[in-house]
Amino acid sequence: MTAITPTPDIPTPQAHASLLRRLVKRPLGAISFAFIVFVGLVAIFGPMLAPYDPNKASLQLVLAPPSAEHLLGGDSAGRDVFSRLLAATQVSVAAALLALVVALMIGVIAGLIAGYYRGWFDSVSAWFTALVMSLPGLVVLLAARAVVGPSVWISMIIFGVILSPAFYRLTYVAVTAVRNELYVDAARVSGLSDGRIISRHILYVVRAPIIIQSAIIASIAIAIQAGLDFLGLGDTSLPTWGGMLNDGFANIYKAPLLMLWPSLAIALTSIALVLLANAMRDVLERTVVVRRRRRRAVATATGSVAAVTTSIGAVTGSTEAALDDELAAVKPIEHRDDDRAAARTGEVVLSVTDLRVGYETDKGSTEVVHGVSLDIRRGEVHGLIGESGSGKTQTAFAVLGLLPRGGRITTGSVEYEGVRLDHASEREFTAIRGRRIGYIPQEPMSNLDPSFTIGSQLVEPLRVGLGLSKKAATEKALALLDRVGIPDPKRTFAAYPHEISGGMAQRVLIAGAVSTDPDLIIADEPTTALDVTVQAEVLDVLRGLQEERHMAMLLVTHNFGVVADLCDRVSVMQAGRIVETGPVRSIFHHAEHPYTESLLAAILDEGPARPPLGLSTEGALR
Amino acid sequence: MTDLLLDVDDLEVEYPGKGFRAKPFQALKGVSIDIKPGETVGLVGESGSGKTTLGRAVLGLAPVTGGKVRYRDRDISHLHRSERRDLSSEIQVVFQDPYSSLNPSLTIEQILIEPLTARGVSSAESKKRVGDLLDYVRLPGDARSRLPREFSGGQRQRIAIARALALDPNLIVCDEPVSALDLSTQARVLDLFIEIQERTGVAYLFISHDLAVVRHISHRVAVMYRGEIVETGAGDQVTARPQHPYTQRLFMAAPVPDPDRQEIRRVERRRLIDEQRAAAAAGTEADAA
Amino acid sequence: MLPFVLRRLASGVVLVFVISVIAYTLLYLGGGDIARRILGQSATQETVDQKAAELGLDQPLFAQFWDWLTSALQGDLGRSWFTGQLVATGVSGRLAVTLSIVIGATLVSAIVAVVLGVLAARRGGWIDSVVQFVTVIGFAIPGFLIALYLVLIFAINLHWFKATGYIPFTTSPSGWVASVTLPIIALSFAAIAAVAQQVRGSVLDALSRDYVRTLRSRGLSMNRVVYKHVLRNAGGPALAILALQFIGLLGGAIIIERVFALPGLGQLTVEATSAGDIPIVMGIVIVTAIIVVVVNLLIDIAQAALNPKVRLS
Repeated sequence: MTAITPTPDIPTPQAHASLLRRLVKRPLGAISFAFIVFVGLVAIFGPMLAPYDPNKASLQLVLAPPSAEHLLGGDSAGRDVFSRLLAATQVSVAAALLALVVALMIGVIAGLIAGYYRGWFDSVSAWFTALVMSLPGLVVLLAARAVVGPSVWISMIIFGVILSPAFYRLTYVAVTAVRNELYVDAARVSGLSDGRIISRHILYVVRAPIIIQSAIIASIAIAIQAGLDFLGLGDTSLPTWGGMLNDGFANIYKAPLLMLWPSLAIALTSIALVLLANAMRDVLERTVVVRRRRRRAVATATGSVAAVTTSIGAVTGSTEAALDDELAAVKPIEHRDDDRAAARTGEVVLSVTDLRVGYETDKGSTEVVHGVSLDIRRGEVHGLIGESGSGKTQTAFAVLGLLPRGGRITTGSVEYEGVRLDHASEREFTAIRGRRIGYIPQEPMSNLDPSFTIGSQLVEPLRVGLGLSKKAATEKALALLDRVGIPDPKRTFAAYPHEISGGMAQRVLIAGAVSTDPDLIIADEPTTALDVTVQAEVLDVLRGLQEERHMAMLLVTHNFGVVADLCDRVSVMQAGRIVETGPVRSIFHHAEHPYTESLLAAILDEGPARPPLGLSTEGALR
Repeated sequence: MTDLLLDVDDLEVEYPGKGFRAKPFQALKGVSIDIKPGETVGLVGESGSGKTTLGRAVLGLAPVTGGKVRYRDRDISHLHRSERRDLSSEIQVVFQDPYSSLNPSLTIEQILIEPLTARGVSSAESKKRVGDLLDYVRLPGDARSRLPREFSGGQRQRIAIARALALDPNLIVCDEPVSALDLSTQARVLDLFIEIQERTGVAYLFISHDLAVVRHISHRVAVMYRGEIVETGAGDQVTARPQHPYTQRLFMAAPVPDPDRQEIRRVERRRLIDEQRAAAAAGTEADAA
Repeated sequence: MLPFVLRRLASGVVLVFVISVIAYTLLYLGGGDIARRILGQSATQETVDQKAAELGLDQPLFAQFWDWLTSALQGDLGRSWFTGQLVATGVSGRLAVTLSIVIGATLVSAIVAVVLGVLAARRGGWIDSVVQFVTVIGFAIPGFLIALYLVLIFAINLHWFKATGYIPFTTSPSGWVASVTLPIIALSFAAIAAVAQQVRGSVLDALSRDYVRTLRSRGLSMNRVVYKHVLRNAGGPALAILALQFIGLLGGAIIIERVFALPGLGQLTVEATSAGDIPIVMGIVIVTAIIVVVVNLLIDIAQAALNPKVRLS
């Protein structure tokens, strides 16, 4: 292993300090942090402040009640309880720290090595971890005590070893996660040594969770140490919280107060540590959640959630506000219907009028859809096209009544076949969704429940919603699987989601969406996650089903090719508004809005290919 | 001695199988490709075709089990970590996901300085270099003190490009660098790639699943299918008049952004698939006979 | 399913064997001159040697272990050095008491934790805050401290329960219930806290999954999606935590038994530990390991029933 080289010339941001600052802003965080500092100070200076020798026994003081000279009275051996409590704090805290440090050293170092380098060390430590975790810690401690005798310090070193898997697992999981991050690959390609990658990129990520875990482990160590002494298995010559508790318990009838002081010390310290850990986790998790959401949004290349997070986050600047004002006044450009679109479509089934969607967050509410109006006719495929964050997916979810947590329709109306859906109850929606509106999601794999077979997920809505018998529902599901082009319907029916490919899973989801014979299908980027060749097949299936059943379809997409393939009419969305709408050919050939024009101009398919390098390189490839 | 910058010869990559005694997975089955200085070679394929693995093998991030990767006539397929580190000023990378390719807790300056300090460039000099790099990719100078999360996807990809350029490499492996971006951002970032190439003479191995993107940027194009290269040639030829049955299917499958032409394309695609099926059936019959 | 169970069982057997090797080596090597310790400082070297030969301590360690293992496989775990009692008898006599409270606490905490966790995840708002706070406190305060105060309040002050002692189920079922109630409550607190947090977290996680939206889009009600799909997917991680908690409860029982003066495995462990009665300590370690392996096997089977991926891998 390469030595870890420090990088003094590059100051790292003070994540630690800012964590502390954010922490003390929370009342619970501040109180628990202050208490831990207090306990720490007592542990350091307590013995110096103790008014009496904590081990000096005096007959007059045996079980004496609190008095002016002896604030907390005397214990069963006639020792000053207050002095003992101060001295015990030092021993108990030191013991817990010892266990913590041992656990940290072993766990973190082993976790780093095993997670980063893998190989035999990984297998060995995984095995060792399983071994240690398969026996109760206290049993191991007692077994060790039987051999080595009553030493607080040896017990705590052993306990540190027993606790080390907690840090090992944490570090290991974090390291393996970070190790696969692209920025670690990039660092490697940039020529950074392993030591530098670990210290700069990996330790950075693990540090915060380790601090949190340390607080919890410290509280466990305090409890176990107290437990050992309470059982009378500790070193009786040293004052400890557990030992004092044991003394109090023995005299529970004669002097119940004796039990109070050590138990308060143990309980308050443990609670403070755990509360501190929780407060730290709250502070840290907020940032983590946002990050994960963004990444997912990007990975799927659309941005249902990105729309929310970005408008809450950095982008909410003056530019967007200006854009809002500029766009608010302008009505969308409407192209006149052409014969082709008119011939294929019937009466309006879905009518969205001035729809606005808002999200409640900690920082107030944000609007992501700013007044969208849209009509969809029977037999029509209506494309809703826009870039990520334009609010197209939010519009689709609003129609389905399936906005993510915190989202709601603020104003405007959604009317589907004469029923108002904008403020419909869950019960009303249950009658509409599935039976009369179907939904095809974007990401095939994550939209199937991994714990149930494909068949049972298809059959369940048919039985619950349509009241079919099990046999009828199964037959219908098998027929649908066949219709969407699945080669062996029976086998797929019995398979679990992880046993089929993404393309097959998307066909299953299409089968599910049409299974209840809805009049309207809402398809949210139905082919974005698929390979091009699979996309072409799935588009064929979608077109076939739509024509066969004369369904209306709202197709959310960012791909003009998909629009050209399927749609009769198109609405172009930008920043939560529809800017232009009309029959598909009008939009492609006579776009009027500058935004639509710029989107069409950005399409690469039309452009010329780049000529070969130089002129003499033709055919040089093998 | 050849004038090739990169020469990949019959390359094989095998990943160990998951679980005890599982069969290893062969991601590359004898792939050969070469790149000249200043050239862009586009690598097209669908998921699982091995195109990303080929990029990672060139970068030394994939286990090479056979064949050779030569960079300027030197075999770099089995370099030791420290030797590999010396190559960092020659071969660089831009990844697909602009969100996970930048460490979220480092500032842009720290990210851009990282490769420079690793090469021992002085602190003052690298700070100056950061300014040049941000200029190069058209980001404002005040970007340096900000964190990645303050930038949009397209801007992050510019930062990733700046990092790749930091050491003045001669080859950049671009692994789907624009596929996570919106359409209009995509076009701008692609133009930036071309502009940089014309200015610095850097070569690209440009990996993408999108024929249109590859056509736009590549001098030559190679098509990958199931761990093999099935067709190579000049960009226009491969992306407009493909020869191999798979490339033809791939070409026909991409929908044209024009309703009328897409209608024609759809019919052509059906015909092509039927023809290929018929040919395959005839082939098996011939085999049987 | 059967190959899966057999595989888990085999790895459990290996685990118990390895634990016995390690425990035996450490306990018998680490104890120094065992015969001297048994007989005390006043004994002559001759009697000490005689005792060592009697216990087989003059044999090489490997031979001693082999002896122990072969008899252990026939159910003979040796005899106590001090009382001469058979270890197997001693341990099995105490096992019922410990298992009553540990299994009781596991069941209680599983049920309460699932209810609390699902409630907190679904309702959110103040219920979530209260559940979160209670679980933090329950997690932080050591079980034996809770036990002490349960004794002080419910036994000593209110006289609702007897402070100490154990009544076997066969003697009086109601007496048995009364004697294990407080111990089970004391023991359950921490486990409830840990499992409830896990249930809350994994229910929230499962609720945010895409398939929940898709299932709802097919017209399934939220309740149906939660009770059929979300709980099943959240069950795996919760079961894993429950398995860890069970191991923790076995350890916790040692101290709790002391508080309530229950004649269980814990009391035996403490006595044997103080006296340095290695055969008994060894027996307890092995029996605990076997219990843990069996419980983990049961949990694994439950996991496999819930999650098809576990079953097939």
